[in-house]
Amino acid sequence: MADKILKQLKIKVWRQKNAKSKGRFETYTIENISTGSSFLEMMDILNNDLIEKGIDPIAFDHDCREGICGTCSLYINGRPHGPDTEVTTCQLHMRKFKDGETIIIEPWRARAFPVIKDLVVDRSAFEKILQAGGFVSVNTGGVPDANAIPVSREDAEESMDAAACIGCGACVAACKNSSAMLFVSAKVSHLAKLPQGKVEADTRAMSMVAKMDELGFGGCTNTRACEAECPKSISIMNIARLNREYLKARLSR
Amino acid sequence: MSILDSKIPQGPLAEKWTKHKSAIKVVSPANKRKLEIVVVGTGLGGASAAASLAELGYKVKAFCYQDSPRRAHSIAAQGGINAAKNYQNDNDSVFRLFYDTIKGGDYRAREANVYRLAEVSPNIIDQCVAQGVPFGREYGGLLDNRSFGGVLVSRTFYARGQTGQQLLIGAYQALNRQIAKGNVEMYNRHEMLDVVKIDGKARGIIARDLVSGKIKRFGAHAVVVATGGYGNVFFLSTNAMGSNGSAAWQCYKKGAFMSNPCFVQIHPTCIPVHGDQQSKLTLMSESLRNDGRVWVPKKKEDAVKLQKGEIGPNDIADEDRDFYLERRYPSYGNLVPRDVASRAAKERCDAGFGVNAEGKAVFLDFKYSIERLGKDVITARYGNLFQMYEKITDTDPYKEPMMIYPAIHYSMGGTWVDYNLMTTVPGLYSIGEANFSDHGANRLGASALMQGLADGYFVLPYTIGDYLADEIMTPKTDVNAPEFVEAEKEVTDRIEKLFNIKGSKPVDYFHKKLGHVMWDYVGMSRNAEGLKKAIEEIKVIREEFWKDVRIPGELDNLNPELEKAGRVADFLDIGELMARDALDRNESCGGHFREESATEEGEAKRNDELFTYVSCWEYKGEGQEPVLHKEDLVFENVKLTQRSYK
Repeated sequence: MADKILKQLKIKVWRQKNAKSKGRFETYTIENISTGSSFLEMMDILNNDLIEKGIDPIAFDHDCREGICGTCSLYINGRPHGPDTEVTTCQLHMRKFKDGETIIIEPWRARAFPVIKDLVVDRSAFEKILQAGGFVSVNTGGVPDANAIPVSREDAEESMDAAACIGCGACVAACKNSSAMLFVSAKVSHLAKLPQGKVEADTRAMSMVAKMDELGFGGCTNTRACEAECPKSISIMNIARLNREYLKARLSR
Repeated sequence: MSILDSKIPQGPLAEKWTKHKSAIKVVSPANKRKLEIVVVGTGLGGASAAASLAELGYKVKAFCYQDSPRRAHSIAAQGGINAAKNYQNDNDSVFRLFYDTIKGGDYRAREANVYRLAEVSPNIIDQCVAQGVPFGREYGGLLDNRSFGGVLVSRTFYARGQTGQQLLIGAYQALNRQIAKGNVEMYNRHEMLDVVKIDGKARGIIARDLVSGKIKRFGAHAVVVATGGYGNVFFLSTNAMGSNGSAAWQCYKKGAFMSNPCFVQIHPTCIPVHGDQQSKLTLMSESLRNDGRVWVPKKKEDAVKLQKGEIGPNDIADEDRDFYLERRYPSYGNLVPRDVASRAAKERCDAGFGVNAEGKAVFLDFKYSIERLGKDVITARYGNLFQMYEKITDTDPYKEPMMIYPAIHYSMGGTWVDYNLMTTVPGLYSIGEANFSDHGANRLGASALMQGLADGYFVLPYTIGDYLADEIMTPKTDVNAPEFVEAEKEVTDRIEKLFNIKGSKPVDYFHKKLGHVMWDYVGMSRNAEGLKKAIEEIKVIREEFWKDVRIPGELDNLNPELEKAGRVADFLDIGELMARDALDRNESCGGHFREESATEEGEAKRNDELFTYVSCWEYKGEGQEPVLHKEDLVFENVKLTQRSYK
């Protein structure tokens, strides 16, 4: 458990000035990183080095650094959120790397997530999918007592399993088709499993899938890469449920 | 003080809100369509307010600096949300929740506001369930509750260890629905840099589009600030990296008073600092103290060996362990409130009994509860927290005790608001953690989520109508008015000034320096000499910052360093005001501990005779000393007593 020092690391990282310009890889060297540091703390240190050298620091998305906000998004050594399981990049630690190693960092790669700068991508396609139906149509006030409708514990737990999605986009980045099925299915399942969400289940599944297709995400071919890389272990069972909900909705029309 | 009118309604406590609601004005649906409201921040307060206001028919523009409203830091709250539902039949009530909150806040909050908070709390749970928040349930299908620190009933609703996430997703879904309907215009990756006043009233904001760097003007009939707390003034805290006090600070500079800025909460169970490369602290839920026992070695030589890594915690026999919370507070033991637990940990570490290399950590040990309950029970209760701890520290908490240390967590202080949540600037509102109103000098666990949603769903949508009813004849705000032009120029000038310093040191250098001063002198333990020193040292850092900061990149592109620089510039000012406020308040209450005001045993000693007031600071211009106003707190329904947990 005692922290060690990684004397030297090479960081090969995607640099791209803005959405319109062409990107390229640059390699930087960084020294004396504690294995107890998080990956993003390493990035902070690298950036402060770059600033002092007069080089534009590397832009990357991050915020809570507790693995819950879903902002961080790096593709590290060929894996979304890097070489550890069930963590986001902000919870990845440097003890997962070896002294002298070259670490390759890329942004999420998907047509629906264009690069804004360096490692920062635009995930507003996710927003649009949720705006298409990822809600229960109730206004504030005038709702029944919270205990008026019992919900079986099993349903509540399954709903929560799906609702744990943080919307980071790792599923899309991991998928060779850049499919958003795991993300969409997580929202559809979260709501379909509860009586409150069931009322609109049909229209929700139809309109969210239609929006997903419209925004340029690919189709699902069941490779399960999304599930393997999801930092919150969202199960592809949700995709099966989404397919069922979608089919049900189509048949009832 | 006469210039502050808190607008607390007359009459018995339990009737104030009902009476007030029937007395305030209402805007007709036809007129609501013509009225625009800017909401800044999309956490629990901002998202719930923006959605609810749009549902009512107002035209809303909402802003967040993140790439999605769902990223706001409310999402990180773990434990739960309180509500006086009395579903457990354990004699909970609105009054009991009110009383616990007032007492927990060490009698430095307003009775009327806190009572209203407790009164609307049951509606929050109803609302969240209707939205599809998957709260924990019993086998019979009804909602389950937990108990939390500082109270005697079970009133905390939860969604595993991710309650904040689920509540925020609920509010975000409601917000998305209104965005889809066109009732809310959502501006992601936009940061508010100023509030614009016309004829003394808030009429809009200036914001920077963080992607293009464009400075933009947004007009409205009212502005709501829901931008959270300023804990990052300490550099290291449990706040998100982007959490900042800048929006609230711009409001202050435009005439909104800042209240009790020295009241910040230090959470006792965070993962300790691990060296000088750290940028962020991680909280371990308060619920862990239900089953974990806190200890340090009895013998100093054992502590020294632990610090050097010569022995491990399991090498120390039970009789050589000092369970100092159980020793000092036999009746509450490990479950004393946050402020008490934090100070006790610091006391032991300062005395040389800290257990990590830096000597700044204590143990939280689950060995005893695993022996008593079995590993499976502990896994079911805390599995996800244990996993997170192991990922961060590479230590298995099932086998070795966790190491924990206090860290900055929440700001009770904030922008002054009246009973309607309006600041001292007409038309400018502040809700959630950004305002000062409900938690006094110490916030109870699971009450932050309650307050954010109470303000956004059930208070502001009513009270803002009282102001807007008089604005129905006011035309759409003209963003080409000279006030907007002037405000935009000020913002642009400041950004250019920062950018053109082209000094030698990155923003973090100054932020860390400020954080050290704040932690050392305005942290867990404060005294007059230290606070005066802090004020002087902050001045020196500020001067150096404005001479030597280096901001790379471009103005018209995504530039995180530029964003940070603006926030740190404001933190330097906020830190100084916090020190001034702490200096003025020569008493110990809640999270604010003045060494000059302690009992013989070293416990906090409140001074009700001199300090039963809310401090309200008025900005007087750059380089000028702010002026202190006081809102006297009147307690008609509770008796003030010294808190004791012995």
